[in-house]
Amino acid sequence: MEEEKAHIVPYRTFLIVLAGLIALTLISVAVTQIALGTFTIGMALLIATIKSSFVLGIFMHLKFENKLYTVVVIAVIVLIASVIIITLMDYIYR
Amino acid sequence: MTAETHRDDLASKTGMWLFLFTEMLLFGGLFVVYAVYRYRNATAFHLAASELSVFVGTVNTIILLISSATIAMSITAIQLKNKKLALLLLTLTLLLGMAFLVNKYFEWGHHITEHIYPGSAVLALRGQGDILFYGLYFFMTGLHALHIIIGLAFIGVVGIKIVRGKIASDNYVLLENSGLYWHLVDLIWIFLFPLFYLIT
Repeated sequence: MEEEKAHIVPYRTFLIVLAGLIALTLISVAVTQIALGTFTIGMALLIATIKSSFVLGIFMHLKFENKLYTVVVIAVIVLIASVIIITLMDYIYR
Repeated sequence: MTAETHRDDLASKTGMWLFLFTEMLLFGGLFVVYAVYRYRNATAFHLAASELSVFVGTVNTIILLISSATIAMSITAIQLKNKKLALLLLTLTLLLGMAFLVNKYFEWGHHITEHIYPGSAVLALRGQGDILFYGLYFFMTGLHALHIIIGLAFIGVVGIKIVRGKIASDNYVLLENSGLYWHLVDLIWIFLFPLFYLIT
């Protein structure tokens, strides 16, 4: 059952994304070496999120697949984030 | 009737994704635990995290990112009927995965020689926050390392199937699924790395 045409991602795309991911890793290391308190946590998690979106979108082909996969991935991320936020709010405002 | 087995690539891939969602929730639950314990033991987590080697963590992150790119490219290679390149890229992925584990071995070994491991008497003296930090550190990186080992075995099987011609340019969904699994392992590390090594 190979009706849908397979999307072939060129090697170059993967290499460019890889270079971007390594650059982001080094940036996140550099940023967190400067002690900025709460800002550091935010930056590190923001960079990690950007990196994940590249891995999910390009490496895991989500960009070229049925949109349903993307919708469920986002739903899972929102679910985990909500549980973390709600749990933390419970501890902070208890 | 032919001996040809029934195939449904879309179903195979969807099944793999469903499994990956359960994996995300498994690690997601651990991240909730991490968030709460970190909030309640901010200072201890801060001090304990600064004992981890940022250098080794960064090297391991880059190793996993490269291995993710190589397995992604091996799918392109098999689509373009370049069996040799696909196998070469998969071998590279395997070697990089093993390099990650070797680094992890030395990292854990270093902690253990310093008597820092769950249940250690030395760690018990350092207080609740340190016990929780290292408990989570060993459990989460350990569970992640277990996923690396499973991923390596999966990729190994896929490699053998490519050699035998069972996976080719017209039938490579198993290679795609092993790639998806490997990327998920990379994805989890992308979050473990800042949470344990960077946010100090």
